[in-house]
Amino acid sequence: MAFLQIDHMTKFFPSHSGGGPVCIFKDVTIKIEKGEFVTTIGHSGCGKSTLLNIIAGLELATEGGVILNGREAAGPGLDRMVVFQSFALMPWMTVFDNIALAVRSAYPDWTKEQVTAHVHKYIALVGLKGAETKRPMALSGGMKQRVGLARAFAIEPKVLLLDEPFAQIDALTRGVIQEELIQMWNTSRNTVFMVTHDVDEAILLSDRILLMTNGPGAQIAENVIVTIPRPRARVTIIEHPHYYKIRNHIIHFLVEHAKHEEEGAEVSNNGSKKKEPLVVSFEQESLARQ
Amino acid sequence: MGTQGKPWLISVFLLAIFLIGWHLFTLRASFDPKGLSEQQLQLLEFNGDVIKTADGRYEWNPEKEKVKGVPGPLAVFEKAREELGEAFVKKGTNDHGIAYLVLYTVSRFAAGFLAASVVAVALGVLLGLNKVLFRAVNPYIQILKPISPLAWMPLLLYTVKDPKWTAVLVVFMASLWPTLATTAFGVSSLRKEYLQVAAILQLSWWKRLFTVILPGAAPTIVNGLRISFGSALVAVVPAEMLLGELGVGYLSWIEWNNLDISGVIFAILVVGVVGVILDSGFNKLAGFVTYQE
Repeated sequence: MAFLQIDHMTKFFPSHSGGGPVCIFKDVTIKIEKGEFVTTIGHSGCGKSTLLNIIAGLELATEGGVILNGREAAGPGLDRMVVFQSFALMPWMTVFDNIALAVRSAYPDWTKEQVTAHVHKYIALVGLKGAETKRPMALSGGMKQRVGLARAFAIEPKVLLLDEPFAQIDALTRGVIQEELIQMWNTSRNTVFMVTHDVDEAILLSDRILLMTNGPGAQIAENVIVTIPRPRARVTIIEHPHYYKIRNHIIHFLVEHAKHEEEGAEVSNNGSKKKEPLVVSFEQESLARQ
Repeated sequence: MGTQGKPWLISVFLLAIFLIGWHLFTLRASFDPKGLSEQQLQLLEFNGDVIKTADGRYEWNPEKEKVKGVPGPLAVFEKAREELGEAFVKKGTNDHGIAYLVLYTVSRFAAGFLAASVVAVALGVLLGLNKVLFRAVNPYIQILKPISPLAWMPLLLYTVKDPKWTAVLVVFMASLWPTLATTAFGVSSLRKEYLQVAAILQLSWWKRLFTVILPGAAPTIVNGLRISFGSALVAVVPAEMLLGELGVGYLSWIEWNNLDISGVIFAILVVGVVGVILDSGFNKLAGFVTYQE
């Protein structure tokens, strides 16, 4: 069994305009190995953030569940830390206190000195030395998300959940933070599940990219293996022969195929016509289809 | 140019204009006996309108002048000097110095306001966290909120049978509803990410309350407290008047009963000054707990 498994998950939302509940996504199964970096891409409203929130335990699935390390993960917990798109830093706390709150919760029996040392280590890791006593209001978007990343990495969770973490950061800073994230991840090797709609970001960071069709009733349609060796850097990755193949494939999917195919929408409940996501890998020069 | 003026200069100028205007409008010509017969003068003296001085001239009776028309700024200033001079003197059970009266009013106000704030914030947090309960209780809050705190007074007086506590409870009722309603609103509109972080970090209920919910809702709660503060300050004066409890509000009524209009104006000014001092103290405290996003 995979380290993190999203098992036959379906989510319905109550409809606002009356009528029956709306199916956000249907029968989604994702298997993530330990230390893997997996990204889900889809259009806005396909339910990818809902999926992430369910893994985090912040929302409930209508059907199906999350299995982490062989156990069902129900409700939020320190083993699945989220990096929020909106940063979610407490504006009344300093940078230090924001991270320390998390560290103290994760390691309740640590002494004050241990907590302080640990927080300082992660503040230095994201290059925020000197900003410890600042409040989030005094920080730029990029710096805020560095605090968010430091807080998430500092509690050393089993799974890191990144919810469009760089969407609110300007393009130039975004690239820098993405590389900082790579470096932190290289040393920690957490299992990461990220959702985004930035194709370049997904290719730079991920081992695999799951392509989601549009909602309602969204599904994981394809499983694209990023066949570009690590370590990766923004400047060199674009020279890899697979980069634009993968990029074009994903963009083509998002433009053309994200809409439902008729048969895909009518997968019967008894599983007689179970559709596995298409595995796409550019290891051979031609598309390998499974 | 308009933005470069010194506001305090304008303030002083406006005050001077006001005082001079007040003085001129309340100025009364000295008594002029011309055209009045001796008989008419004697009648006036008999009525107490005028008095005969030692050197045989007639003047307005200064005692009766006090209640004729509105006293000028000089009379009020004289009264203020007199009152402040004996600020710490207790002349009798009902005649305590102004410093004592301020103390009584401030402590009455503080007791009611603080008690109401604690109750309102606690209830408000409960309602803010529980949307179903909030919706269930909200209609009652909406009915109770607009009731003037003074309307409760007879019922409170009948129930607690003690004017001292009734006055405190009137202040309590005045400061309860605004804080309750805004706290509930502030907590329920707390950004959900903060609570999600708290949930992921597995903070205990108390820790969640004191490190996330209360600080997060603090700016809204302080706004509610500010409204309550004003409404309590407004309620404390008539409560003292109606209950006959010693305080600056009661002072105004006592001076009216004494037909001492200068005293009434002085009492009004004291209420204003006490309000300003309490308000600035409140703002200092509020500055500590608010934050900017």
